[in-house]
Amino acid sequence: MRTSFGERMLDLIVSGFLWGIRILIVSVIVIGTIGTLRTGQYTSEQWIDFVVFGVAQGSIYALIALGYTMVYGILRMINFAHGDIFMTGAFGAYFIATWLTNTGFVDANPVLGLLIPILFAMGIAAAIAMLVERIAYRPLRGAPRLVPLISAIGASFFLEYAFRGFFGPGKYAYPPIKALEGSWEIFGIGILKVQIVVTIAAFIMMAILYFIVMFTKVGKAMRAVSENKDTAALMGIDVNRIIVSTFALGAAMAGAAGVLFSLVYRQIDFFMGFTPGIKAFTAAVLGGIGNIPGAMVGGLVLGVFESIGPSLFLEGLGITRPYQLKDAIAYTMLVMILLFRPSGILGERLTTKKA
Amino acid sequence: MSKRLFAVLSVLVLASMLFAACAPKATEAPVPATEAPEATEAPEATEAPAMYECTDPLGCVKIASDEPLHIAYWGVLSGADGSLGEDSKRGVEIAIDDKGGKLLGHDILLTTEDALCTPEGGATAASKLATDTSIVALVGSSCSDETVGGVATLTNAGLTTVSPSNTRPSLSAPDRGPDYDGYLRTAHSDAFQGKAVAEFAYNFLGVRKAATIHDGSAYAQALQQVFADNFVALGGEIVAQEAVAKDATDMKPVLTTIASKGPEFLYYPVFVAVGGYITAQVRDVAGLEEVKLAGSDGIFTADFLKASGPNVKGVYLSSPDFSAFTGDYAGFITKHQAKYGGSTLSTFHAHAYDAANIIFAAIEKVAVVEADGTIYIPRTALREAIYATVDFAGITGNLSCSASGDCGAPVIAMYEVMNDDPASWNPADAANPNPKKVWP
Repeated sequence: MRTSFGERMLDLIVSGFLWGIRILIVSVIVIGTIGTLRTGQYTSEQWIDFVVFGVAQGSIYALIALGYTMVYGILRMINFAHGDIFMTGAFGAYFIATWLTNTGFVDANPVLGLLIPILFAMGIAAAIAMLVERIAYRPLRGAPRLVPLISAIGASFFLEYAFRGFFGPGKYAYPPIKALEGSWEIFGIGILKVQIVVTIAAFIMMAILYFIVMFTKVGKAMRAVSENKDTAALMGIDVNRIIVSTFALGAAMAGAAGVLFSLVYRQIDFFMGFTPGIKAFTAAVLGGIGNIPGAMVGGLVLGVFESIGPSLFLEGLGITRPYQLKDAIAYTMLVMILLFRPSGILGERLTTKKA
Repeated sequence: MSKRLFAVLSVLVLASMLFAACAPKATEAPVPATEAPEATEAPEATEAPAMYECTDPLGCVKIASDEPLHIAYWGVLSGADGSLGEDSKRGVEIAIDDKGGKLLGHDILLTTEDALCTPEGGATAASKLATDTSIVALVGSSCSDETVGGVATLTNAGLTTVSPSNTRPSLSAPDRGPDYDGYLRTAHSDAFQGKAVAEFAYNFLGVRKAATIHDGSAYAQALQQVFADNFVALGGEIVAQEAVAKDATDMKPVLTTIASKGPEFLYYPVFVAVGGYITAQVRDVAGLEEVKLAGSDGIFTADFLKASGPNVKGVYLSSPDFSAFTGDYAGFITKHQAKYGGSTLSTFHAHAYDAANIIFAAIEKVAVVEADGTIYIPRTALREAIYATVDFAGITGNLSCSASGDCGAPVIAMYEVMNDDPASWNPADAANPNPKKVWP
């Protein structure tokens, strides 16, 4: 079909505008980075610190993002309550960790002292997510796409305010593990023990999840359901059961993330899931929603950018108090990735082989 | 695909609008029936003969003989900073108890409205209260941000509010503008508090290089600036003034930036959430292991200990000097103990008690009492009477209100956290106070 001159001009203007934005953003980053590096305010140790903080934060985002991406892959639905599932895990772990710390168990067995709260949090989060799925999502399975989303927002509020009702609006300090205080020297650079342990734990969790999805029967069924629910049902797969196990698996990851988050930031409250939830959703979109390795990559990229961005390119531009703009960086990055690669860093993989 | 993403994003935008819309609505439930004033209008005509003629430009509140005298409290009652507002509310309640629950023969009715410690929350609470014409005067708000959001609405509705805990200097600056005509405070202005912290750091601790962090709130932003100005004036150096978002959790990057400037003293006059994250994380950052930490009255609460964990030991907190209170503060604490059990929640209960009593005294002064017990309170006269408060014997000191609304008697002290157990919080304890007054 032949397009008119006017339409072609419009196309040209739009793409010119988009390119303008891309060039603008990239040049802002480059100029800012050069500006900062020229002042030489930070030592290389401090830059490494920024990256390490970012990786620890990013691996937690990644763990949460997995839940968003898996549920999206299977149901094409944004599980808005996922951030609050993360919160329930942290709360569950808080009580058992406080108890274990007070009895002296954690000091005696630091490894078990870390593992027990994580397992407990995974269990609680999975149980609550399964309940939420059963009560708030399953009855709406056939409804238009907006309906379960609204229901998810409702579930999110319900969880937040139920926990507020149970445990009050105050903040709780998560008990630190003594064995994780201080730092380890790695290649001559001191890195906080807790950051290392949290990052490693997150990577182990992700590896386990990847293994489950790719190499087990349940994982195979998940991928089949993600590809086509009806055909999967015809093949003898119990679709409801698979959906529930997807929710449970994603929630278990979020619950573990809740414990790791509490270990690093040491403070929990009923509203703690909101911001990390949104950030993890951003990470999932960033990596390509529906794509499991994408969620991991997206989380890490987001965490590192948030940590390093304010001091790397905002300070160089002469912006004072750049840390107030941390969230702006996260979301600008989302816009930028979507401009350059609309399907996310690793691409959306909804119906191809991977879940 | 990008279409789908677009749909997802727009849904998210919608969702966030929903969030914004839902939050204030949730508090709408306990609105007291606004029918009360309507009911009074009906009999008005029949009582015609001996009726008081209201000539006040802002109108009068008429309280029939069987109706309660209605005052309101607005401030933060939920969320991480809820203890700040709850603490002040208790001060008002004790003031009412001390009056025997009655003023001029009428029961005192107290309505409370949660203002969420944000400008939006303040605006919502103020507009809700402004529609209730039976309210005579208000105590509040808790956070300076709430006042910034809501004060114009209250002033224009003819109401007068006395804040027990707003400390932002500009709220009682001489050039604050007519929107603030209905606003006074018994709290100290941070012009005093920031100066006291600067003197403490420079003279008592002997530090010369300081850094500050604020959370973008009206309170923190202004307070750290006052501190910085005074610290520089004393001869010190401000090496960094950083800011974080109110919902930030990861403080390590910003602390690393600050560490690169090598401060000896870190001042973060923020609220509980941010204060807790900073305190919990600061010792992990290379270069800040030994830095001295200080906060202000916004985190002068056991909740801050709860949120911070073991690192909180040794943190300095500025607060009104409880030992300098002239009035019967000990008596207040006894009543508080009897009524609520446990120690006070935060800093400004005594200021709230004084604020309520200043209002009661002014009401008694201006109210016109009819033979049948009906009373009329002219709003302008009430406002002027509150401004005219001179040498009022409150428990925080002898209070006189200035033309720009400052009624406080500011004596600031520095306290040091001695124990990280929130249950040990009791600044008024004689033998074993936590936190303990260290200066002056």
